[in-house]
Amino acid sequence: MEQPKVFIYALSTCGHCKNTKRLLDSHNVSYDHVDVDLLPREEMKKVLEDVRKVNPQTSFPTILIGDKTIVGYREVEIMEALGL
Amino acid sequence: MSNAEEMYERLKKVNEPKGYFFSDNQALTMELIEGLLVNKERYGYMCCPCRLASGDRENDKDIICPCDYREQDVKEYGSCYCQLYVSKEWLENPESRRTVPERRPAEKMAWFGWPSGDA
Repeated sequence: MEQPKVFIYALSTCGHCKNTKRLLDSHNVSYDHVDVDLLPREEMKKVLEDVRKVNPQTSFPTILIGDKTIVGYREVEIMEALGL
Repeated sequence: MSNAEEMYERLKKVNEPKGYFFSDNQALTMELIEGLLVNKERYGYMCCPCRLASGDRENDKDIICPCDYREQDVKEYGSCYCQLYVSKEWLENPESRRTVPERRPAEKMAWFGWPSGDA
């Protein structure tokens, strides 16, 4: 089965965001991510609008796996969404 | 001692007597303390490393660590949102550990829609 597309909206300072990246790395899952806190202001605002559309609380990490959105470091849900 | 180690000792001394302990994941704890120090440098106050600060102290005051939500989250989940501070019970019962949902009202993140945007 092909791996669904994975994208993480993260903060560079957040432990749960780092745990999410570590979990994916340990299972050789490829993903893209953005550390929102490091973005220039205008770009940050645009990205935050995108986060809010899938997670009204605009919290981190917000993880997109295929068409699913997972909010927070939820290992079981992440693995399920990946089919692992 | 590094800045983070110094901060670790200082926070431990102040918080343990109040019943707030660091988690048993030492690596995560040190990462979070590093995050606090980054935020102190970046914003001028120690904002929660697990939340995005606006940079406006008034708007962010509820998430200056320890945040306004720590007491309720530790009471209900045994851990603060970040898992920096946990209860004794949380430490003793690993099977009870759950992801702590964000309790901060969503409207506190409305700042990125402010017209000037330069909070």
